Amino acid sequence: MTLSTSSSEPHISIDDFLKFKEFFYRRTGISFEPSKRYFVDKRLVERIEATRTGNFRGYFTFLRLQASGEELQQLTNLMTVNETYFLREEYQFQCLVDSILPEIVRRKTGANAIRIWCIPSSSGEEPYSIAMYLLERWAGITAWDVEIVSSDIDTSILRRARVGRYSARSVHNVPPRWLEKYFRETGDEFQLCDDLRQAVEFTRVNLSEPADTLVYHDFDVIFCRNLLIYFDDVSRTTAAETFYEALNPGGYICLGHSESMSRISPLFKVRKFPEAIVYQKGLETP
Amino acid sequence: MKRILIVDDAATVRMYHRGILESSGYKVEEAWNGIEALEKSLEAPFDLYIVDVNMPKLDGYAFLRELRQQEGPQQPAIMISTEAAARDEIVAYQAGANSYLVKPVRPAQLLAHVRLMLGEATE
Amino acid sequence: MGLITGKTVEHAGNAGEKAEPTGEQLLAALEDPDPGVRRHSARKLAGCPDASSALVSRLQREEDVAVREGILSTLARLNDPVAVGGLVGCLRSEDAALRNEVIETIRQMGSEVAPVLESLLGDPDPDVRIFVVNILDSERHPEIENWLIRVIDQDAHVNVCATAVDQLCEVGSEAAVEPLLRLKVRFASEAYIQFAVDLALKRIRGI
Repeated sequence: MTLSTSSSEPHISIDDFLKFKEFFYRRTGISFEPSKRYFVDKRLVERIEATRTGNFRGYFTFLRLQASGEELQQLTNLMTVNETYFLREEYQFQCLVDSILPEIVRRKTGANAIRIWCIPSSSGEEPYSIAMYLLERWAGITAWDVEIVSSDIDTSILRRARVGRYSARSVHNVPPRWLEKYFRETGDEFQLCDDLRQAVEFTRVNLSEPADTLVYHDFDVIFCRNLLIYFDDVSRTTAAETFYEALNPGGYICLGHSESMSRISPLFKVRKFPEAIVYQKGLETP
Repeated sequence: MKRILIVDDAATVRMYHRGILESSGYKVEEAWNGIEALEKSLEAPFDLYIVDVNMPKLDGYAFLRELRQQEGPQQPAIMISTEAAARDEIVAYQAGANSYLVKPVRPAQLLAHVRLMLGEATE
Repeated sequence: MGLITGKTVEHAGNAGEKAEPTGEQLLAALEDPDPGVRRHSARKLAGCPDASSALVSRLQREEDVAVREGILSTLARLNDPVAVGGLVGCLRSEDAALRNEVIETIRQMGSEVAPVLESLLGDPDPDVRIFVVNILDSERHPEIENWLIRVIDQDAHVNVCATAVDQLCEVGSEAAVEPLLRLKVRFASEAYIQFAVDLALKRIRGI
């Protein structure tokens, strides 16, 4: 009798896959089409082996019951592609200049600055993209002051963000004219110009720490892309409350492409703009 | 093909309704709660909504109120509840529901309501 | 005009060295006409161990969703018997939004609430039992499956059983197979139960 050699690898049955699919959707809001089965199974097998849980049943119980939620975080990481580069998910920046900022400006009384909070800052690609986009694509920049604050929990990545030196891959999406205008090529790297580096204020913050977040307020727009998806329920709720406190009435939140406020908080209204779905704090609330 | 959105946090219930509706030729999408339902319906409105009352973050009543405010009263909605008390039925209609069913729902009963709401002939 | 940096964040950190309000001031602020003040005091009360009963009382009357969220997350953090009792009481509220917010809060409170939940599985109101069964999926208590099995064997209400079957799709093991088959017989004329039990059996066997 011969047994197939692949029998040593944990087997994921169709019902296992469906059970996992329902669980993962409920927890993260990420939904897999049946065509993604191979992709999902492969990663499940990888984690079953890494956690030495033996088979799907053992792993699923571990995943569901682990108090720290670390394994779910690991797995979410594997199931989502999370690389950062300049002008990633550009449609949101379009939404910012074409839809969000015009609304803000219409409502603003007085000449105080428009404030944007970008979290996590990571190595700076996103806040700098916003800065560039405002200078290049928003006519209002000649009439209004805009302040960009960008935060991260990791101080070493904040240092890198302040330095502003990037690989070719990181800037592959930047139009040649912008690249020439805002970067200096040094060997195989690209150094961001000082004007832009100084246009963003980088700060360290832990979103789950009220003492850290108390000083963040009067923001008009918050970009929080591909972060909350990795948080557990309690941290998501805390983060949503922090954002609520930090926003002006009528302020906006932009989440990542695969994220939805549906797993996070009922505090914000869903707004549909031509370019994107955005979330908004009520106008009347103080 | 008419598009129907099933809004319910229980996966089993979504699958049950999906099975009944798809076998009668409707195109079905699902949402886990009221917020996700709003996100999907603002992208492209559905011909009919089947909405559970109790859901996390945004319940069925709140979803319908918000949907009606943003999209108007055009698309019909069937509210499905576990509560038979008359007060819930009234709240559902006030929130913008067009029809009200109490669980457990039988396939023929669901289809009859769906056809009625969509203005289709029942045989 | 253009891009500016205000350093407001760093400066604000030093500027905010006002005297901290006392617990009594915070409790009074919980009744302030301004929702912003109420929300702020609700969040601050997380540091006051005796605040639960005032928070629960405000919660039952509070109409602003943001204030409610603040109260609920503070109650979840306090997680004392008064907080738990108050939250459980809200499961009977006529306000669907409040009920669902409370369900989510209890979900976040961890295994301390498990014994209370178990006793509520015998509540005379089937809707309360449905809510409790719903909450059980997030519990890490080792007895959860046994409680669910007891529900499908003993609860007379079809919707309570249906909710328990939904949960068993995820947490069920071989031990649930026989009780599920019994339930199928008990509600032989309910199409939903037939469907859900078959699905649960497939998920449990995972073949």
